[in-house]
Amino acid sequence: MVGIVGYGAYLPRYRIKAETIARQWGADAEAIKRGLQLTEKTVPGQDEDTITISVEAARGAIQRAQIDPQEIGAVYIGSESHPYAVKPSGTVLIDALGIGPHVHVATNEFACKAGSEAMYVAYSHVKSGEMKYALGIGADTSQGAPGDALEYSASAGGAAFIMGTERVAAEILFTHSYTSDTPDFWRREGEFYPRHAGRFTGDPAYFKHIVGAGQALLEKSKLAPKDFTHAVFHMPNGKFPQEAGRRLGFTKQQLEFGWIVPLMGNTYSGSSPTGLAAILDVANPGDLIFMVSFGSGAGSDGFVYRVTEEIKAIKDRAPKVRSMLDNGKIYLDYGQYTKHRHKIKLNE
Amino acid sequence: MRDVYVIGAGMTPFGELWNKSIREIFVDAAMLAIEDAGVDHIDSLYVGSMSPGLFVGQEHLGPVVADFLGVTPVPATRVESACASGGVSFRQAFLEVASGVSEIVLAGGVEKMTDGADVTEALATAADQEYEVYHGVTFPGLYAMIARAHMHQFGTTRQQLAEVAVKNHRNGMKNPNAQFRSEITNEQVVKSTMVADPLRLLDCSPVSDGGAGVILASADVAKKMKSRAVKVIASTQASDTIALHDRTDLTTLGAVVRAAEKAYAMAGKKPSDVNLAEVHDCFTIAEIVISEDLGFFEKGKGGEAVEKGLTARECGKIPINSSGGLKSKGHPVGATGIAQIIELYEQLTGRGGERQVKKANIGLAQNMGGSGASCVIHILEAI
Repeated sequence: MVGIVGYGAYLPRYRIKAETIARQWGADAEAIKRGLQLTEKTVPGQDEDTITISVEAARGAIQRAQIDPQEIGAVYIGSESHPYAVKPSGTVLIDALGIGPHVHVATNEFACKAGSEAMYVAYSHVKSGEMKYALGIGADTSQGAPGDALEYSASAGGAAFIMGTERVAAEILFTHSYTSDTPDFWRREGEFYPRHAGRFTGDPAYFKHIVGAGQALLEKSKLAPKDFTHAVFHMPNGKFPQEAGRRLGFTKQQLEFGWIVPLMGNTYSGSSPTGLAAILDVANPGDLIFMVSFGSGAGSDGFVYRVTEEIKAIKDRAPKVRSMLDNGKIYLDYGQYTKHRHKIKLNE
Repeated sequence: MRDVYVIGAGMTPFGELWNKSIREIFVDAAMLAIEDAGVDHIDSLYVGSMSPGLFVGQEHLGPVVADFLGVTPVPATRVESACASGGVSFRQAFLEVASGVSEIVLAGGVEKMTDGADVTEALATAADQEYEVYHGVTFPGLYAMIARAHMHQFGTTRQQLAEVAVKNHRNGMKNPNAQFRSEITNEQVVKSTMVADPLRLLDCSPVSDGGAGVILASADVAKKMKSRAVKVIASTQASDTIALHDRTDLTTLGAVVRAAEKAYAMAGKKPSDVNLAEVHDCFTIAEIVISEDLGFFEKGKGGEAVEKGLTARECGKIPINSSGGLKSKGHPVGATGIAQIIELYEQLTGRGGERQVKKANIGLAQNMGGSGASCVIHILEAI
């Protein structure tokens, strides 16, 4: 049996409300909240970045798995906001958590799919028998240009998953990936903010790939949507995952626990992985979980998980997503937000 | 001048045609027109297109579309007159047939606007760059100034502006080629996102891809063909100052007035003889001003007219934009003028389907560029 033996998530305490951003730009907050189906988003602290978020999430994963970090053979961090263009994020993380130096470390980038990509590679290493444990992380401090629709959603957070073969809490039964060259959203080298092609990010990009991967996964697994207790899809806003679920035949109830976007925003590479962590926080043995990520450019990774008895033992060993989402929030005004997001250029 | 007839028409659906390139869009529309007319060749073609260079990086559009339509070596010319490019393309084809130079000419129009270009910036090149655009003005801003002036001078209301969009969406619902086939309410328009006070999102025509084509022919050809024909009884064009601030009156569009006067004289008709009109409702205020400048309503009464339903398709005094207009049908700039002609052609040949206007014998199409700096008008008559 190969699957998740430990998981952890991290969300910063800072928040900004959709109203606060809308007020700044003279936009209609109610129309935006209705259209995007989200009311606030997480904002990284001034000293937080993809690396610190990854460390916090991975710490939770190790606490839950209760393994010796030295036994982790590979670490992959998927993000589109790695702090360095040249310098791996994972090297800081392994030293912080006591992993390695006998470890394979790599950085993944595939827009919002980089996190599930890291999970997929970690899972494959363990499945091949190459190593005992591998760590896959999705984390971001997402960028959205001021005044752009993305500014209401681009948030910060992430989740980490340790794959292994012993004391598995969620077995990975099937995977499927679906990829094509679809330029719906991109950021070139040196550019501060991503660009996107408006509505083109919908049907030809997000829905085509999520539904493509999802349908193939259902066929491969010979399972029907009704067989699943939970489902989670990449959450660029509140509306898209609900619609993707509807098109694949899932109900709103199945999406309920993973659909954390209204209060979290879009944590890009951390989006569906954090949704999965929120589901594992409440899952029961025997539950089947359906997950499909999406990364612009574009592609989707799909996973079918089956929760085991082990989940009961590990759930409470680390902070849960819901508690981080609901508690200790610090709301920022737009000026503070620009400082947190390093949008103000200072003299060195 | 010889008599000229429209003997066939075809258009693509208007909307976000992400899977089609500009040449494919044009060829799709042109083939439909050629098949509709039943002709086995064309003598030349015109393609109206405002900014293929800015929108998709392709100039020299005439041979591009002629090549992919498979009609080389016939003369192929791109015509540009901003948003009036389609109407002027039709006029060039009309003049070519009327002059006796050609027997069968394809007049087309196409625009591909959703490929990622900055659309507002590209469209603004139709205004006065040095005296308007460099100072920050965009087209919604220019038409907002016209709206403000009209409201101030004649008491035109915010609700009356909204009624134009409501009516055009109601018509567009019955047009299978329309981009937005949905009903909207006055309240939705009035509460939509502000663009340039007093114009809101639902006062503005959308960004669209699309192509349209019609076949014009001489009387000899029209008689021989089995296809239905309508006669072009007027083709006129006028220009005005490029910048809005050089006009003496913001509440009237001089080029529309001039082109209309000439068109009625050429056709030997009065405004009251016209049974339906397709007009350039790039913004709701434009339709109100144009409906006055074409002589359908007294100056200042256009807002009241739409509010009273006088421009409604079903029972109006003069049905305006039975196609859904630019607002609902979509506005792929270069294709718009041709699509207006197509609506008249279909209505005048009784092929209006669910949106057929009763007793449609004479139709007028008014297409304009910029903030009314160019205007082209055609009047068509059923035979």
